[in-house]
Formats: sequence, structure tokens, C-alpha cells
Amino acid sequence: MLIVTALSVVKTRSLFAIVALSGVFSLLSALLFITWDAVDVAFTEAAVGAGISTVLMLGTIALTSRTEKQSQRSNLLPLVAVILTGAVMVYGTLDMPKFGSPDTPVQTHVGPDYLKRIPDDIHVPNAVTAILASYRGYDTLGETAVVFAAGIGVLMLISGLRRRRMDDNADEDPSDKRDTT
Amino acid sequence: MNIFTTEFILGHINYWLFIILMMTGLYIVITKGNLVKKIVGLNIFQTSVFMFYISMGKVSGGTAPIFPLDGIYDPSIAYSNPLPHVLILTAIVVGIATTSLGLALIIRIREEYHSIEEEQITILEDTIFRTEHLPTVGKDEAF
Repeated sequence: MLIVTALSVVKTRSLFAIVALSGVFSLLSALLFITWDAVDVAFTEAAVGAGISTVLMLGTIALTSRTEKQSQRSNLLPLVAVILTGAVMVYGTLDMPKFGSPDTPVQTHVGPDYLKRIPDDIHVPNAVTAILASYRGYDTLGETAVVFAAGIGVLMLISGLRRRRMDDNADEDPSDKRDTT
Repeated sequence: MNIFTTEFILGHINYWLFIILMMTGLYIVITKGNLVKKIVGLNIFQTSVFMFYISMGKVSGGTAPIFPLDGIYDPSIAYSNPLPHVLILTAIVVGIATTSLGLALIIRIREEYHSIEEEQITILEDTIFRTEHLPTVGKDEAF
């Protein structure tokens, strides 16, 4: 289903439909995360991917245009490049451990160690929250810095919009939804 | 050497599905001229990487890494690895930040060029470049 959604994004020309499909894609991936026990990731993906980013994209296409124009370029060379890259990556996966096996390098280093220490160290039942806020606190700090920087960038790019529109006196200004970042 | 047994294929098919998704996203980014569509392609690419990470953290028969309320770690219960979850949680939020920045750039581009199609923008850039540079070259040669 995910692949069908992604392929229909390639074919569709109406931007409105594309944005809706990307929301569907995020929601399906959130379901997939739930089946893989990543409940925290699933609800973040559902809220952020299917919710906020869809709203942001709708705001963008409201300010720009609704349909995509036909491209004249040949699609053959990119297709070959993409298939080649994919083939190299498939070759890379041949050495990967089997899906779900408990003795992989991912499962044998810090992961179980965190699980063992969290009940005594932090007293938070949710291991993901505990790692996010304490063992990996600097990551989260960096993340907030990135989000802050992106918010400043978006505000600087957008802030002149309303003023310039007023100078032009052309058409009414649609409400900007940028504040959610 | 025959490594392509049914067991091998079933254990690895999830990685191949992510690669198909990832390449679909890459193809959209390369071939489509519309800037909003490019952003959607980038998002698909990004989400497939997230799925790859989360699938690596999965343990067969495992459960979500949330302890019972008495807070006692029981080694006999298999928990999925929480570390990839944490990393991807961060990555999703950073992803939405970059996406919103890209969309803001698109709005700004549209304001300057009145188009969000890459080809038209290239043509416009070309004309702007010519009008700015060619007359000066002509003047230099005239003198």
C-alpha cells in the first residue's frame, strides 16, 4: 500500500491530490511503526507527518499554484540512475541480518544496557522518553536548536510577504499557517 | 552458492521494500520540475529511511519498550530496541523543520519568479543573466 501511494504521487499532476496522498503515506507509515512496536514514533509521525506537514503544504499550494506543468525532459536517464542506485543498495542489504532477529549488532550493544538501567536510573516507565530526555539529552537540545533556527528562517522568508502584498494592493492575503513550527 | 532461499528472502524483503520506496522518492526529486512535488518526494525518501531504522530495532516477539508500572525490568520479556525509536523521533521533528523551511523558500521563489516550475525558473534566470551582463559586454566592445 505504501508503495502504491508513492507511485501514484509520481503519476498525479494535481498538487492538491499529491498533498493528500503524502498525508495518506504518513498515516500508513505510522501504522507500520505501530506494528514494529515503535508507538512513540508512530504518534509523532501521525501528528507531524500527516498533520502539520499536510497543513503546511496546503498553505503553500494556496499561496502558489494548484497544478503541475508537463515537463519536457526525458525520463530515461534518471530512471537508469535510480535503478542503478537501488541495485547497489539491494546488494548492500544482502549482508544485513534477518528482520527481527535478536542477536544483531543493533540489539547487542547499548540498547539492552539502557533497558537494564532505566528502571533504577530514571524511574520512567517509557524507555523511549527516558533515553530521549536523559541519556540522549544533548541530541534533543540540538534538535530544538535546529527547529528554532528553521523557525527563524521561515519567519524571515515569510515576514515580508504581507507587507509587500499590501504595497502591491493586489489581492487579499491568505492567512499564514507558519506559526506551527 | 544459493543464498536466495525462501527464509533469506522473507528476512530481507522489508529492506528491499524500503529501497523501492526510497528510489521512488529519489526519482520524484530528480525528474519532476514542480518544487512542491520535489518536497513530497524528499518526504517519501526520508520516511523510508525512518522505516529502515525502526525495522532494525524490531525484535521478533518483542513488545513496545514501556515497562510495567511497578518499574521492574524483567529480562525474560523481549523489548524492541528503544534507541532507534529515539533517534527517529528526533529525525522526524528535524524533518518537519526542514520541510517547512523548503516550503517557505518555495513561496518566496514564487513571489519573485511567479512560477514554481523548475524549467520556467531556469529560463527566467537565463533572461535575467543576459539582460544584466550582455549589454555591458557590448559597451566594452563598442569603446
